[in-house]
This record gives sequence, C-alpha cells and structure tokens, in this order.
Amino acid sequence: MRDNIVNILRQDSRTTPSEIATMLGSTEDVVRAQITELEKSGVILQYSVVVNDELLDDDSSVVAFIEVKCAPERDQGFDHIAQRLQKFPEVQSVYLMSGVFDLLVVVKGRNLREVAAFVSSKLSPIANVVSTGTHFLLKKYKENGIVMGLDENRSHRLNVAF
Amino acid sequence: MLPLSSKVLSIKPSGIRKFFDLVMQSDDIISLGVGEPDFVTPWHITEHAIYQLEKGYTSYTSNYGIIELRREIAAQLEKEFAAFYKPESEVLITVGVSEGLDLAFRTILNPSDEVIVPVPNFVCYSPLVHLAGGKAIEIDTSPTDFILTREQILKALTPNTKAVIIGYPNNPTGATVTEAQLKEIVNVCKEKNLWLISDEVYNQLVYEDKPLSASTYMRENLILLNGFSKAYAMTGWRIGYVACEKDVMDQMVKIHQYATMCAPIMSQYAALEALKHGEKDRERMRQSYKMRRNIVYEELKSIGFDVLEPKGAFYIFPSVKRFGLTAEDFAMRLLTEGRVAVVPSTAFAEGNNDFIRCCYAASLPDLKDALSRIKMFVNTL
Repeated sequence: MRDNIVNILRQDSRTTPSEIATMLGSTEDVVRAQITELEKSGVILQYSVVVNDELLDDDSSVVAFIEVKCAPERDQGFDHIAQRLQKFPEVQSVYLMSGVFDLLVVVKGRNLREVAAFVSSKLSPIANVVSTGTHFLLKKYKENGIVMGLDENRSHRLNVAF
Repeated sequence: MLPLSSKVLSIKPSGIRKFFDLVMQSDDIISLGVGEPDFVTPWHITEHAIYQLEKGYTSYTSNYGIIELRREIAAQLEKEFAAFYKPESEVLITVGVSEGLDLAFRTILNPSDEVIVPVPNFVCYSPLVHLAGGKAIEIDTSPTDFILTREQILKALTPNTKAVIIGYPNNPTGATVTEAQLKEIVNVCKEKNLWLISDEVYNQLVYEDKPLSASTYMRENLILLNGFSKAYAMTGWRIGYVACEKDVMDQMVKIHQYATMCAPIMSQYAALEALKHGEKDRERMRQSYKMRRNIVYEELKSIGFDVLEPKGAFYIFPSVKRFGLTAEDFAMRLLTEGRVAVVPSTAFAEGNNDFIRCCYAASLPDLKDALSRIKMFVNTL
C-alpha cells in the first residue's frame, strides 16, 4: 500500500487522495493517513515538478558535474565534508561515489564564470578537498526516468480498433 | 470487373463504418475506442529483436516456428496451467491470434457445421466461421453478465453443432469466467462432443483472480489460442500461437504452411524475449490497468451508468439504455458533442444496440479528461 501510494505520486504528485483510494481499492481516510505518515517519516520530502529547462524563456543556467577527491576524516569518513558542501545553494546534489573520485557534486549557476568561481573560491579551498574535475552539462536527453523533449517512445495507435 | 467470391460478398461490411471514418478524421478527440495497450513494447523486447536482425536472423523459420519459442510456450503452459503440449508437434507459432482463429475454424469445419459464438465478442469470430464454410450461431450473453452458460449452449445445440468458441477475459465486455464457469463450459463440450476453441489472449490481464486456461481441464478437442499482443504490449508484432493435440495440429499446420509459411522471425525472437524476461513488465502494466479500471468503473457508476465491474482485459462496457439513446446514437453524439470516441456494441453483436465499449488503456490524464467530458455530455441528455 505504502509503495503503491508513493509510485502513484511519483508519476503524478497532483493525484488526489480520493483518486488514489479508488485506484488502490481503499478509502480516502486511509490514504490520507498513509500520506501524512510518509511525509512525517521523511519518505516524501517534497511535491515537485519536472521541468524541461531548455524550453524556458530565461534558460541561462549552466550545470556542472564536479568530481571531488578528498581526504576522509577520522570517524566521519566523507560525511562532514559532504554536509558542508550541501549547504551551498548552488549545489543541487551531492553523492558519495565508488571509483577514482569520492564525491560527485552537481552545481547550478547562471553562467560558466559563476560555476568556475564557485569551484575555485568555495569548493576547492574546503579543508580535505584534494582535487576537483569539472564537467559542464551540454544537453539533457533523459532525467529521472523522463525523456526530455518529444518522447519518441509514445504509442502511435489508431483512434479506433477492435 | 469479373465476378468475385460469393462467400466474400456475402460478408456484410460493418454498418457503422461511417462512424469510424468520422472518428479517424477527428483529431481533437480523446479516443477510448482503441483495442490495444497504450504502452509501447518494453524496450528489452524490441532491442532483442533488433539484435537478432543485426546478427542476420532474417530468414524463414520452421513452419511451426523457432523451437526455442515453442519450448518456452510449452514450459509456461505446463508451469502455469498444468497443461502438457509437446513443443515439437503440438505448438504452432502464428501471425497473431487472428491467424490462429482462422486456422482453427478451417481445420475443423465442414459445410453446414455450426459454431456457437457468444456475443458480444471480438469482431472476427463469426466472419471467420463463415469464411471457413461453417455457420455461426450467435448467442446473446448480455442476460447472463456476458458469461456463456451451460443452458445457453444446450439451447443452441442442433445435430450440426460442431464447436464452441469462447474468449475470456472478454473483448468488448471485460467479463471474465470464474474457474467454475470455465469448467461448466468445458464439461458441456466434453459431454456433447463439441470442439472448444478458447481464445485466451487476455488471460494474463485479470485483476482479482489468477489467470485461467481451458487447457487445465481439457486436452482432447481443445484448440487453445494465445498471443503476446495484449499482455506484453506487442500488437504490431503480430505474434501468437496455437496449442492442440498432434492429430489436429498435423492437419492445421498444412494450412499455415501453404497460406503463411511461418510467422515473421523477428517477432518470434521478440516473443521469446518477452516470455523469458518480460514478466516484470507484464506485471507492471497489469497493475497500471487495474488502477485505471478502478477509476473508470467508479466514475462511470457515479455518472449514472449501469455497468458491471470488468475483471479482466482493458475494456469496460456500460449500458446506455437509461439515457434513452441507442448505443450508436450515444456514441455518435458523444463523439460530436463530447469529443470522446467509444465503440457502440453493434460492432460486436449486430442486434445489440445498448452498450458502449470504452477502452481504459489510455493515460490517466486522458482518462480523467474523457470521464469529465462524458459526464458533461450525459448531463445534457
């Protein structure tokens, strides 16, 4: 039930509790209670919208994926440094990674210079950051399971068939 | 023009052709008139077929179809329905269930043989019986919630009755047999020495009970038809199969061999991939249809339709009788005034002008929009 509610809201967060109740063969009260519980326990963090930024009129932002190598701290590992990084509003996402670098930081800025300035003046000087590698995003094809632009994967059905 | 086949000429073109032409020409409508999933084929299935093509699998196959696919089908029938068919001689890969139906009728029917066809039903049963030289005896199942009963079969029985055809879960009604109801049909066929042709193309799409197959209860004189179109969203691949006893298959394969040769090889490989690795996708789509079924059923009821809860397939079949319109008039006005396309029941049973078929395999936003348009239209009546 919990998983089903989350999946429905993932698809369309505007689906009402009453609709969800019908879909799952439950009652509106039960669904409302479950959703409240999901919000309280931090499973549901936000009801958001997926936007194709490229189609926005004032789309002048740039996104960079920054590989960060850092020295882990005793008892804390990478947690402390990750917590510092996530406080910057420019930082969209922070992931701890396996492989040749440690943290992957996604940064959004108004232009290339702004992102570059963030890396050199804010990110790199943080204690224990050993090195960074910045990759600018050129084009989004698919994000969070959603294909950007016209989805070629749509059905081409006729309007009537038996 | 020289004279044409009198048999073909005797098949009546659908009386509601004009309605469908109108639907095809309208673009700002929401169509609940389709007869197929709104999903595209899961990518791993398509990708596997492309890979086989790249490897050079572009030839004919055995008339029966590739043995790997027949083995997988036989294994699945055994595992799920305790039905035993030899992959070498009792499973035939066909160009959709449509070809299987044609083969079944042509294999068993002699002139003047009668086939009991419950209606409303998938549009091609009766014409195919006719083309195969038989006579379709249509039985209206609307008084029994669209389930063919023992009494109905016995009442239609004549010395010429040769076979019964069923298709559950049912297109267009969404009606689904219970185990007891299916056994009842099987038993009367056994008792009266009738062939049973069971079209099970929707049998994976059931929402309350587990899938059923006539093959669990019957082997001799059963022709089992199934395909990949509905459960795996593969309508355009045109791929299905027949399972029946070897003696019947030996004869049936002659028609298939001369008329079709074999099913397209890429579709056969796609079907193999679907059976081997498609279960998760099938289940995902089934759950999605079920949720939409619930929404549509509740909303149609609250709008005021008399409607049965469909237990399978992706159709719902409300009655429009209480609105004082025939199904054809209702569908035509709903199209022109409400901008929603549905199919009137006359398409599935000539004399039945009381119901409309709505396919709920449409996106949830489209479904909600369509339902509110239907509500607005009904309020004007």
